[in-house]
Amino acid sequence: MSTSRLGGDGLRLAYDRRVVAEDLTVAVPDRSFTVIIGPNACGKSTLLRALSRLLRPTAGAVLLDGTDIHRLPARAVARTLGLLPQSPIAPDGIDVAELVARGRYPHQGLLRQWSRDDERIVAESMAATGVDDLGDRLVDELSGGQRQRVWLAMALAQQTPLLLLDEPTTYLDIAHQIEVLDLCARLHEEQGRTLVAVLHDLNHAARYATHLIAMRDGRVVAAGEPRRIVTAELVEEVFGLPCRVIDDPETGTPLVVPAARARARAGTVTR
Amino acid sequence: MIVIRTPARLSVRLRPRVLAVGTVCLLLTVGVGVLAIGHGEYPMSPIDVLRTLTGGGSPAEEFIVTQLRLPRLVTGLAVGTALGLAGAVFQSLVRNPLGSPDVLGFTQGAATGALVVVAVSGSSAALAGSAALGGVVTGLLIYLIAWRRGVHGYRLVLVGIGMSAILTGVNGYLMTRVPLMSASRAMLWLTGSLDGRGWSDAAPLLAALAVLVPALLACAPALRMTELGDDAASGLGVSVHRLRMLPRRGRAAGGAVRSRRRTLPFRRAHRPAPWPDDSRARGHPAACGGRRRADPRPPPAQVALRALPGQLPVGVVTGVIGGGYLVWLLATERRAGRL
Repeated sequence: MSTSRLGGDGLRLAYDRRVVAEDLTVAVPDRSFTVIIGPNACGKSTLLRALSRLLRPTAGAVLLDGTDIHRLPARAVARTLGLLPQSPIAPDGIDVAELVARGRYPHQGLLRQWSRDDERIVAESMAATGVDDLGDRLVDELSGGQRQRVWLAMALAQQTPLLLLDEPTTYLDIAHQIEVLDLCARLHEEQGRTLVAVLHDLNHAARYATHLIAMRDGRVVAAGEPRRIVTAELVEEVFGLPCRVIDDPETGTPLVVPAARARARAGTVTR
Repeated sequence: MIVIRTPARLSVRLRPRVLAVGTVCLLLTVGVGVLAIGHGEYPMSPIDVLRTLTGGGSPAEEFIVTQLRLPRLVTGLAVGTALGLAGAVFQSLVRNPLGSPDVLGFTQGAATGALVVVAVSGSSAALAGSAALGGVVTGLLIYLIAWRRGVHGYRLVLVGIGMSAILTGVNGYLMTRVPLMSASRAMLWLTGSLDGRGWSDAAPLLAALAVLVPALLACAPALRMTELGDDAASGLGVSVHRLRMLPRRGRAAGGAVRSRRRTLPFRRAHRPAPWPDDSRARGHPAACGGRRRADPRPPPAQVALRALPGQLPVGVVTGVIGGGYLVWLLATERRAGRL
């Protein structure tokens, strides 16, 4: 495995007394597009919250460049590690350019409110996500797909080498899901950013991820390149879903095809 | 958008609209202020007022303007500033355009503190201190009850509303337990009045603002970020929970405000209001605070005059304007389909 700037070591993640994960160790390979998958309640979003400093582990530590992330100042972290939460809130009556500009917050100060860099980076981020012609539109008026691209532009404007995305495709139709994921893949390839996303759709994960982390019951079941680890056995183990795994005719990545009902009952599905 | 940049990589951003609205409001305030100083039993033209303010008035004019009317104006403006800031902070924190210290029960807590002192007939200094303490204690209580892995917007609002309801009941009970004279004193205090405010009232308020305004301005960008939701704000490097402690610090001075002039709900609608005439207000039997210091003049027959519109405590006026503003706000928001 290549080097890693972000990872968790012996994490114990809990909400009050309800323990979600125990002794969880993960590493996000540098410059990877890492996708975390797993069934509902497997702890994948919780892991992302821990990695992004939103949740403090009750044991173990999340390490960012070798330092416990909770020992670093919030602003310093925000210059290295960006986060797009699952349901961010657009303030009333805010326009697109204004919202994207908020991504510059960790780089600004009381007397450095809007530098030329801020201006340039906001424009570049909007161009990269294709929202540059929406600048003065109100965020409330946009479609779901446009809105998600605006939020991505805001996260990009933060200019962090690491970017965490919590289910960025939720609530989008299939075309917009692909659009957002294509955009993420492009950002990963062209700008060399490390992305970590939680995704629901296994096939999207297998197609776009360069590094996959499969979780179940708060444990990492498998981690690695999708082509290497996505097998019918793994899907069965992680999701309890009998299936076949074939090659995606478009990309050659693994494609999970759930078993038909009759065959699943007969238990005859194997690769 | 206007951006001012210096070679030293400093940059300040100004929004034309904010600039324009701010300038218009400032000019209006100055204009109304001059008229207000000129208004009263001894009327002065705006020119006379300006002449006196710049040091060219007769000794009598000088006394009336700088000792009687100006401190009241300054107190009113300072109170308005503090309340406006409090409203703005709470709106951002609870992410709700109707958020304010009233809604969250801080104001009621301060009132409880004050009523306890009124009940035992304490001094005005004790009244002010007790009001401040009441506000702070209520704030802490709300925060503790709302705490659940941090304090989140809606929990804070709901606990605050509950606390506010309880304290309103407590305050009503306390009102029935105090002697009639104290009750009328308390009532005036609760409604809020600028009657007979002097420099001794304005000074602590200005001192509190001198500390709080810069502190709040420094927090303003972070506050604006919390409007994106706690997660997004944290992702952008804002210590959300530390920021939520802000109102408690703000409350300390809020208590100071409260003791100068208690307010009605919807303080964001705070507007310059007609001043009750100074000379008649002096010696007001039911007035509180600085009013209790020795007054050289005999109490005139102002009690009957108190019913006149010009004599209304400022809190009544702001309440009426604020209520109207709220109705207008609800109507337009409803029409725009946002409610």
